[in-house]
This record gives sequence, C-alpha cells and structure tokens, in this order.
Amino acid sequence: MAADTYRRRERVRTLLFLSPWLLGTGLFFLYPLASTVYFSFMKYDGFSAPTYDGLDNWVYVFRDYAFFWPALRNTLWLVLVMVTLRVIFGLSLGLLVTKVKTGAGLLRTVLYIPFLAPPVAATMAFAFLLNPGTGPVNSILGKLGLPEPGWFNDPTWSKPALTLLALWGVGDVMVIFMAALLDVSKEQYEAASLDGAGAWSRFRFITLPNIRPIVVFSVVTGVIQTMQYYTQPIVAGKVASGVIGGSGQQFEPGYPEKSTLTLPQLVYNLGFQRFDTGSACVIALVLFAISMAFTALIMRRNAGLVGEP
Amino acid sequence: MARRHRMHSTLAVAVAAATALAGCTGGGGGSAKDDPTADVNITFWHGWSAESEVAAIQQNVDAFEKEHPNIHVKIVGNITDDKINQALRAGGSNAPDVVSSFTTDNVGQFCRSNVFADLAPFLEKSGIDAESTFPKPLLEYTQFEGDRCTLPLLSDAYGLYYNKDAFAEVGITEPPKTLSEFEADAVKLTKAKGDSFERLGFMPNFHGYESTASHYVSQWGPTYFDAEGKSTIATDPAFKAMFDWQKAFVEKMGGYAKLEKYRSTFGDEFGPKNPFMTGQVAMAMDGEWRAGMLDDAGVKFDYGVAPFPVPDDQADTYGKGYLSGTIIGIANTSSKQNAAWELVKYLTTDTAAVVSFANVIHNIPSTNAALESPDLKTDDAVKTFIGIAQHPDSNTTPASPNGGAYQLTVQDVGYAYESGKLKDLQKGLDAAAKQIDTDIAQAK
Repeated sequence: MAADTYRRRERVRTLLFLSPWLLGTGLFFLYPLASTVYFSFMKYDGFSAPTYDGLDNWVYVFRDYAFFWPALRNTLWLVLVMVTLRVIFGLSLGLLVTKVKTGAGLLRTVLYIPFLAPPVAATMAFAFLLNPGTGPVNSILGKLGLPEPGWFNDPTWSKPALTLLALWGVGDVMVIFMAALLDVSKEQYEAASLDGAGAWSRFRFITLPNIRPIVVFSVVTGVIQTMQYYTQPIVAGKVASGVIGGSGQQFEPGYPEKSTLTLPQLVYNLGFQRFDTGSACVIALVLFAISMAFTALIMRRNAGLVGEP
Repeated sequence: MARRHRMHSTLAVAVAAATALAGCTGGGGGSAKDDPTADVNITFWHGWSAESEVAAIQQNVDAFEKEHPNIHVKIVGNITDDKINQALRAGGSNAPDVVSSFTTDNVGQFCRSNVFADLAPFLEKSGIDAESTFPKPLLEYTQFEGDRCTLPLLSDAYGLYYNKDAFAEVGITEPPKTLSEFEADAVKLTKAKGDSFERLGFMPNFHGYESTASHYVSQWGPTYFDAEGKSTIATDPAFKAMFDWQKAFVEKMGGYAKLEKYRSTFGDEFGPKNPFMTGQVAMAMDGEWRAGMLDDAGVKFDYGVAPFPVPDDQADTYGKGYLSGTIIGIANTSSKQNAAWELVKYLTTDTAAVVSFANVIHNIPSTNAALESPDLKTDDAVKTFIGIAQHPDSNTTPASPNGGAYQLTVQDVGYAYESGKLKDLQKGLDAAAKQIDTDIAQAK
C-alpha cells in the first residue's frame, strides 16, 4: 500500500516537474496542430461558423489552386540551393575568421553585422542595389562588359537574387561554425600534420567529423527557416513590381511570374486575403510534413546531433 | 443521477452559449434595438493616415457630434484591412462599430458572411433611396448579390494625366480621345536615349502602376460574370480586345523587355519620384488623387487631365472610366447599430459632409447631390473626374466572394501575354475563366 502511495506521489511529482513543458507543448504545438488538421477539413472563412467540407480543401490545393505547385517548387529550390550555399558559405567564413591573426575581431563584426539588419530594410537595400535600371551592381557589370541580369524583375534571376541576400546575412551560421571550429582539439591537427596530412586531409578527416553535429544543426534549422521564408520575397516582389500597397491595390504575390512565391505566402494569401482558412491550413500541414520529412532524413543519415565517438 | 444532471446542465449551458454566439453574428440590420438618442460611445475605424486626411475626417466627426451630442465617436485611423478582418472576427468591446476600408474587393466576403450589417433596413427606416442617392457603379461595388452591407464614402475615378509642356513641344494640341490617337501621341511624345528612353509617351506595361488589366478593360465596358456568377472573361470580347490592343501597343512603344528595363528606373508610385511627376512619362493613367499630389509637389510643368481614351469603335462613349472608392459599413457584432447608422448616414449622405471631405482629400464625392454641389471645389481636374464619375458608361469591378482574386487571375493572363510567354490568348483566357470559377466555387 505504502509502495503504491509512493509510486503515485512520484508520478504526480514527475508530472508537476514536466507540467511547464507539457503546458507549453500542449498550448503552442499540439493544440494549434490539432486545430490546423481540424480546419483543413472544414469550410471556414474566419467569420461564419465552420462546416465540414470533407477532402474539398485538400483537392482544391493539390489539384485546382494555381499557386500551389509553383510555390512548392520555389520552396524546394530554396531549400536545396539557399540552405546548401548558406551552410557552405557560413562554414567558409567560420574557417576564415578562425584563421585570421590580425583584425579578427573587426572581421567577425563586419561579417556578422548584416545578419542584424532588419529583413525589410535589407531586402529594400538589395532591391535598390540590384535594380536593373538604376542599381550600381548592373552599372558595374555593364562597364565590365558583363551581362546585366534583371535580378528581382526577372523570373530566372529572382531566386538567385534572394539567395545572394541570404548569403549576405549569413553571420548567424558563421558564428555557430566559428564556435565549433575553435572547439576542435589542436592536438589532432598537430598529430595529423606530423603524419604528413595536407590542409584538405586535415579538413576532411579532422575538422568535418568534429563539427558534423553543427553542420546537421545548421542544415535542419536552415530548412525550417526556409519553410517559413516570407518577408524577403514579399518585400522584394513589392519593391520590384512597384506595387507597394495602398489605395486598395491588388498585390501580385510571387512577382515576377510567381518565381518568388513561397508556401508561407500562400498561407497568408488564402487565409487572410481570400478568407479560405481551410485551404490555408492544408498548406500549413504540407509545410509541417515537408519540414518533418527533411529533418527526419537529415537526422537519420547523420545519426542526429551527436558527433563521432 | 447527479452525473446525468451535471451533463444536462453542461449541455444547457453549451446550447445557451451557442445560441448567444449565433446571436453575435446573426442579427443586426434593421432589428437593432439600441436607442440612438441615448448617450452612447461608438468606435469608428478608418484607413486614412495623412495629416490632412485625418484632420478632415475629424472635422466631419466633430460636426456630426455637434448634431448628435449624445453620440460620442472614438476615431481610430491608419487601420489596415488585416486589422479590420481580425477585429471583425474577434468582436469584443474594443472592436469597431463603424468600419471603412479602401478595399472594395472584400465587400463580397463582408456581405456574404454577415460580418457587416445589412444596411437596407436602415436606409428604409431613414427614408433614403440608395438608387437616387448614389451613382450606379458605386452602388454596385458596395453590395453583393443584393445584400447592401456597405455604402460608398467618396470615390475614385481614373483618367488620363498628360504633360501639357511635352504636348506643346511635339505639337499636340489636345488630349487623345480614341486609342489610335492615343497610340500616335504616345509614340510622338517618346524621346529615345541610347538603348532606353529620355521620355516615354506612356508606359503601357501592366506593371506601369495604375495601367492594370481591370483599369484598361473598363474602357471596353466589360462584363466579368454572367447571371449564374460564372466568369465571362473568355467569352466577353472586351477582354480579348483589350489584351490584343495592349500587346500591340507594347510592341509599338519599344517592346516588353525594353519597357520593363525602363520601368525599373521609376520611383515609388505614391512618392515624389512617380514617373509622371519626374517627367519620365508624358502621359499616365491615374486616379483623381494624383492632381493633389502634383499640386502639392509643385511640379515644374503644366499638366492636364482628360478621360482615358476609348476604343475607336466606341468613340461615342468617350468620357467614361474606371471607378472605385472607399466603403463604410457597420460591424454586425456592434450592439449600438442604430447609433452607428447615424454616423454612417451622416458621413455618406450628408451633402455638406461629403463635399467638405472630398474637397480636403482630393477625392470624388460619392452622392449625386454632392457631385452637383456648388460648394465643391471644382478646378479643371476635379471637373474632369466628376464627369467620369457621372458618365453612364463608367464602370467598376464587381464584388466577389474571394476578394479580388479573380482580378489577379485576369491580370496574370496579361503578364503572360505581354511578355510573350502566352502565345494563344484565347487558350489563356479559357484557362483563366475556369480558374476563376474554381476559385469562387471553393470560396462559396
């Protein structure tokens, strides 16, 4: 009897200790997730009471909604290209700032500062710099006799332009890699050098295995961030198209030619501008599924966030 | 037994709550029971943000409070449509009683979902005949399928702005009336500079700010939907004619790519670097507000305003144009709808209030009486826009249940066609019509 009481008390105590997490996860993850699943099967405009709609929202998004597939393609492009380049570039800069002897503090600051720029301001600055008609970048390219891309005004160049913007603000990834690189034991490098290992071999067989958990972390967080990519393409599209809103103007999402459409934009567009909460929830669930799938794949292939033994 | 009793009690409470909630969204209209002569506070949300506009609306509300000393109005300005939607969804004591919005496209949803009260019973109670009070196109965009849930609060008319100095320079004596005259003038006004332009006669591309598909096509007198609510953009010849005209005009002005590159040198539409204000274009399609901006900016050239040219085979309809405007309604969640109606009635139908507001913010009055008022400040530009607003063939884009999504679908056809990506226009229009029908079916 006493043992039962003890076990019950233990369970209550455990639950009490877990309660902040349980409450937070329940309120801010499980409840919204369950609501999103629920509303994805409902006809709901945000004003009237929701009514059961079966699979209509799902069929509409996957079969009939003209913006879904271009947005999905763009999002996957950004995940593959932008995330990969951000990790490579962040790691390269991390290596650079750990190797530099003089002026390292200044260099780290200069490379990190762009990350602190507010996304709207940074995007507007890039739209100005890359303006095909008046921007200094094309002016220089023209003087050098090089092709002058349309950047945010050209569907071929709009995503590369967004990638350039993301690489400019890669300071967050750089700092994480810098910390990881500084943590790699110097003795390992010395031993490898004594064994005749060159720079590439040292990087391949010492640095990479040591920082692998950080690489995985950067990729996973990069994928999740890209799944939420909203502000920069919206602002770039608005600035480049010249439609900045006001006077009841209709803004064309994804300017130019749907090339900067991303799935989070569709969630907003459907849910708040077209009053179709049900279909917006379908897209939110697609985002959730893709994020989970990418994360599971990366974690499984890299044995999680644990370094080599 | 006690448990069953508790279940019954819970059920009863749930039913009561559901009934109360249903009451929140259901009632309204003429059934409002509040006493408009009692001392009451109401909240009015609007989207104006410029100092002069905010002062003008305050002045009107002050005059209203003087006439109705028992109704106290709390004004909240600079409200966006997103905030309006959230507030109308949430309700509560801080939600607005009276709401105005610049986005006429959302009227369909506001009416259909009953978030705005039906104003027809209020109009009837006050003895106001909407048909004779407001111009016809304005009545069209403030209702949806017979449900009058909003009223017009000033309006916008679109016309042609032209640089008189540039006209004189190339020997053009009067603004063009037909599209063929317009094209000839635009070419004549264009000055080349290298592989670009020093001055462009007119920017025909659909991204040229107000030169959108819905604004252009109004010159053809289009019908967007048939009686069953199905899209007619593939069958109404107006759309094909407009797209074909625009495409040919783009080619005539230098081609899509060259024009797009020049367009990227334009400044912000609503800033001082607007291309018409800087002289980068000699003609522009724009709303009546541009005249106020030109005057305020003190541009260094003389400008004129005329109705936008019409297709050659519709020359007798010259003078028409696209109309839009601001809408105002009463939140159905408001418990003070009769008092709120007094404010809406005053702002939308009191001639002095409409005229004074229009005079200050350079908009077009939204009642027939105000359009004829001797107190209306009528310079040449205002006279032109009033003429467009009163023209029997002027038209607007109808309300739909999913906002302005159908206009974007039409616009997408234009983007694809002008850039050369879409070769078969009819095929593009057929697909767009199907998409519009699918989107609307999904929204219903």
